[in-house]
Amino acid sequence: MSGDKPWLRLEKVSLTLAGHRVLHNISLDIPRGQTLAIIGESGCGKTVLLKTLIALMQPSEGKVLFDGRDMNDLPPDLLQKQRLRIGFLFQGAALFDSMTVFENIAFGLAAHGRHSEEEIRARVAQRLQEVGLNSAVLEKKPAELSGGMRKRIGLARALILNPEVMLYDEPTTGLDPIMTDVINQLILQTRKAHPVTSIVVTHEMKTVHRVADRVVLLHPLARLKSLEPQILFDGTPAELEACPDERVGQFIRGEARERLIELAMQENGES
Amino acid sequence: MADSALQEMKTGWTKVLQALEAFGDMALFCGQVLATVPKKLPPGTFIPICYRVGVQSVPVVALTGLFIGMVLAVQAHAQFQALGLATQLGHIINVSVVRELGPVLAATMLAGRVGSAIAAELGTMKVTEQIDALTCLGMDPIHYLALPRFLACVLLIPTLTILANFMGVIGGSLICTWIYHIDPYHYWQNARGHISLWDLTTGLIKPLFFGGAIALIACQRGFHSRAGAEGVGKAATSAFVLSFISILVLDFFLGLFLNNLHRFLWPSFTVRAFGPE
Repeated sequence: MSGDKPWLRLEKVSLTLAGHRVLHNISLDIPRGQTLAIIGESGCGKTVLLKTLIALMQPSEGKVLFDGRDMNDLPPDLLQKQRLRIGFLFQGAALFDSMTVFENIAFGLAAHGRHSEEEIRARVAQRLQEVGLNSAVLEKKPAELSGGMRKRIGLARALILNPEVMLYDEPTTGLDPIMTDVINQLILQTRKAHPVTSIVVTHEMKTVHRVADRVVLLHPLARLKSLEPQILFDGTPAELEACPDERVGQFIRGEARERLIELAMQENGES
Repeated sequence: MADSALQEMKTGWTKVLQALEAFGDMALFCGQVLATVPKKLPPGTFIPICYRVGVQSVPVVALTGLFIGMVLAVQAHAQFQALGLATQLGHIINVSVVRELGPVLAATMLAGRVGSAIAAELGTMKVTEQIDALTCLGMDPIHYLALPRFLACVLLIPTLTILANFMGVIGGSLICTWIYHIDPYHYWQNARGHISLWDLTTGLIKPLFFGGAIALIACQRGFHSRAGAEGVGKAATSAFVLSFISILVLDFFLGLFLNNLHRFLWPSFTVRAFGPE
């Protein structure tokens, strides 16, 4: 662990979406400089948890504290300032498709602060180099790029404002093994080059072992017994293998087992 | 029996609550957009949207206006000819175009062309998380995306209505003078004496409201689009349907209000289309 002071804190966070409870009573302390991987089955609320950290979603109950301030209790201008301290790499990169690559990466700098044209160009070139791309892509539109390139440009855009926290939403999903390794390497490089706290939502165990200091495994609420906590595991990647909970072992080994029967029963019930 | 009646009541009540919720969402969204109006426009956003809303709509609005005037001339000619009033056609065509048909049909075309495009564009941005990305980069999506679209529609839809009106007047005159051989001198002499400044003013006040309604509805539908291609498609369709209904409802109430305002301001004059002779 890289520090002891809680930099990001979730206090008994619960969240309900369209009448369905997705998160229940989640408490987490994330110290400064740590790289935390959040893993779990599809639909367990990993992305929702990530979005509550940057106040894109508001918890129904509980608090999200960043640097001691409740994100959901801030006036709009202060919330905006807090958000600028956090970078977010979206699952599909979420590049603005009406803009060129240059305009996408420069967006944060152009929108905030008084930076000269030369300064913006230099910062964009630097970030582009950091993510392993050359200036030939600058005038292209996102639709002309591959998935891996879009992710890397999304990372460059998120890093341009020097965030103190980086949130990665399934950064390697849909990429080939080589590009997955490139993105993992970039997450490590980013941490090395900038003192960021990183939270990585992923399904990939390889990514967890490669980049994370700590792993949290969330379980879908619908499949928990009553009074059971939603976080099934919280520890280091090395401790993950030794976890006695059968469901944790099942997830990390990728074994469907009784889930196949449950899914078949669900399908039969629906039809 | 009692159970099914209770069930129907529950379903009905749920629908009422959903309608109220949708109305509340819309009212809240309109308030949020209007609250951003005094703010400075985000740089580089307004001109491209004006180009898409205004310049690219010119051909379709011009054609709509032209054909409104031509159709009116064709439909009215037989009746006016039978009464020996064919030279009065310019009067009825121009008043109809300037006061009602020009503004309403131009707004309807724009609800289809501009409103649906705005809803689809913002809906796609919503489902691909581009709106979330804007928020993460410290922007207010309503200020950045909705305000330029709202202002472009409010300013340009009245301008496009002037074009539709002009083309409608031209279309009517072409049919009457070229096809039905009405003497141009008498046609224009009768036409010009019957359109007052008030007719022109009401014909331009209404599109301000139509433009505002089209933009607000389209942006709200886009921002609240559901996931997937189906969600975006539904957002675009509902933007057009709601805009069209709003245009008709607004047209009725604005017509009533403006007529009463005219009677209040100038009691000695009558408003031809609705007022007593």
